[in-house]
Amino acid sequence: MSTSAIRVDSLGKRYRIGQHRARYKTLRDKIGDVFARRKRAADPPPHNSEQFFWAVKDVSFSIAQGEVVGVVGRNGAGKSTLLKLLSRITAPTEGRIEICGRIGSLLEVGTGFHPELSGRENIFMSGAILGMTNAEIARKFDAIVDFAEVEKFVDTPVKHYSSGMYLRLAFAVAAHLEPEILIVDEVLAVGDAMFQKKCLGKMDEVSKQGRTVLFVSHNMVAVENLCTRGLILDQGRLAFDGSAREAIDLYLTPKEHVQVRDLRAARRAGTGEIRIHRYELISSTDKLIRAGEGFTVRCYFEVHKRVTRPHFSISIFSRSGLILFSVFTSDLGYHIPELSSNGYIDLEIRNPNLLAGTYPLHLGVSDEATNHWYDRVYEGPELEIEPSDVYGTGRQKAASYSFLFYRCSWSLQISSPVESLAQADC
Amino acid sequence: MMATALTNPAGSRPVLVITPPAGWIRLGLPELWSYRELIFFLAMREIKVRYKQTAVGVLWAVIQPLFTMLIFSLFFGRLGKMPSDGIPYPLFSLAALIPWTFFSTGLTAASNSLVGNANLITKVYFPRLAIPISTVLSGLVDFAIGLLLLFVFMLSRGFYPGFRLIWFPAFLLLSLLTALGVGLWLSALNVEYRDVRYAVPFLVQFWLFATPIAYSANMLSEPWRTIYSLNPMVGVVEGFRWSVLGRGNPPGPALLASTVTALLVLLSGLFYFRRMEASFADVV
Repeated sequence: MSTSAIRVDSLGKRYRIGQHRARYKTLRDKIGDVFARRKRAADPPPHNSEQFFWAVKDVSFSIAQGEVVGVVGRNGAGKSTLLKLLSRITAPTEGRIEICGRIGSLLEVGTGFHPELSGRENIFMSGAILGMTNAEIARKFDAIVDFAEVEKFVDTPVKHYSSGMYLRLAFAVAAHLEPEILIVDEVLAVGDAMFQKKCLGKMDEVSKQGRTVLFVSHNMVAVENLCTRGLILDQGRLAFDGSAREAIDLYLTPKEHVQVRDLRAARRAGTGEIRIHRYELISSTDKLIRAGEGFTVRCYFEVHKRVTRPHFSISIFSRSGLILFSVFTSDLGYHIPELSSNGYIDLEIRNPNLLAGTYPLHLGVSDEATNHWYDRVYEGPELEIEPSDVYGTGRQKAASYSFLFYRCSWSLQISSPVESLAQADC
Repeated sequence: MMATALTNPAGSRPVLVITPPAGWIRLGLPELWSYRELIFFLAMREIKVRYKQTAVGVLWAVIQPLFTMLIFSLFFGRLGKMPSDGIPYPLFSLAALIPWTFFSTGLTAASNSLVGNANLITKVYFPRLAIPISTVLSGLVDFAIGLLLLFVFMLSRGFYPGFRLIWFPAFLLLSLLTALGVGLWLSALNVEYRDVRYAVPFLVQFWLFATPIAYSANMLSEPWRTIYSLNPMVGVVEGFRWSVLGRGNPPGPALLASTVTALLVLLSGLFYFRRMEASFADVV
């Protein structure tokens, strides 16, 4: 096929579990390893196979020139890894990628920005890093400043910019990159509604110019509006390849209503008498958990040492680290005298008022009297809530400005016409 | 990672093929050359940012060698009565400290450059070599300021640079290549082993005393002198003194030894760096 822009053939990327999470290796460890290896040289290689996982596996597809393709999938499905492979940031473990045309990837807003440098300097810096030549940036400089609406502050260090200005400028640079193939990751998840609209407009413009776009997002509305084709990644594999509409439908319709995650490799703290090794999120409606619908968080634990009066806790966080909700077993007057064998504990939340979004969860178990932590899993568990029509208006609402919603209503009362206002209008 | 640019049989468009890293590593120098503007921008960024929010700013480029010179002059020159090849001791040590400071700061900064730019490495592709190279190059501004200081100092002592001055860029280049060579090794190692960060200050300190900065190389007798010259900085410092001050040991076989070591370190550093490059984004 001579018109294909990207061809991916049985692509795979394997990571060592905890490779980028665990503390950095030190030479001391390495030297220790050498001795340890010598000591058990006769033994077969120890449990190596389980220390790896495939972030992307057996993925093959081909994208024609001018296609706008959305990639959807849950967190950890391999979307970001796929984009990193395509943009040559990381090397594949197996398989082959062929790319035909100049490629520009935009995996974050503001790559190469330095807070101490002025807007002008950062435009040139970021442009160069994204692959533009000096002459090209100089030619587009005015357009970039214009798009970002920062004319007055072009020579101010960007550390003095408001976050909105910073984002606009950063996106403006990237938007004026003119690659034949554009790879975009979740850039639209940041910024206010105006900014998102502007970004989407620019993306739309780019795609109408016949360039190839590969777009990863959790924003289904954006995927539906922009993309002609959709890919679904599930646990590193390509689960679906078809029209964007179908991909979104399929993605939102669950195969099962329980989200299960293994936590053995998760980041944790605590002394380990009890370990929470798995959790499930069980919807009350046999579907994905949608905003406003009840669900149950089920934590499976292993007891390594008998403990008395433990109490469990579950906290729901915002992506930015705000605690939205936190509850201990003891808060509800639920006391556990002792634990000496494995099991699970359920927290049923009947009327959650969280809007759609992804919320990190912290799961923990501690001593009720001293608050000494036995186990605390604080990176990995996530609560995903799908959008729903929470206000009954026929529209979906996701957590953009606020995380919460309440059953509420507006009512307006007008006492008397205000004449002075009417005059002021003239 | 293997990335090969082929010409599409169908015609004009170049095809980039990405496959797992395998076999013989190429240095990828033509690609690096095509990113020369980026190297320039990265170096400019280093320079611009370096003295932001410092009270005396670019004066640091003067303070560092100047104060080291004062300390050396006091302890080694005044108290230790070190011979200095007939050159006034302060000038003798300053002429060595200017290229040395360029080398040691370049080496140290290059070692930490990849880790310090982790946000770039994990978010965008460009030849990773651009990072340590631009870091070492950014030291040139400080070097130029130091050189001015040296000239002022020389004139005040009645030393006038002669025609040999045309050779000093060669020694500058040698120290740049040495700093880069060692910097490539250390920066790539630092990505995986954070021990490097702590080891580098020791290395630099040790290297300082293994280089004829505070003392003259003439203090060593012959069998040792040649071995000593395997340290590329011996060639740099001696040659720099000779070309700028117009006195001291003229470059000889010792310089050849220094150059050969420097090139070996650089070449091996390049290959090691390229071999580790594919996993930088995963590990850093």
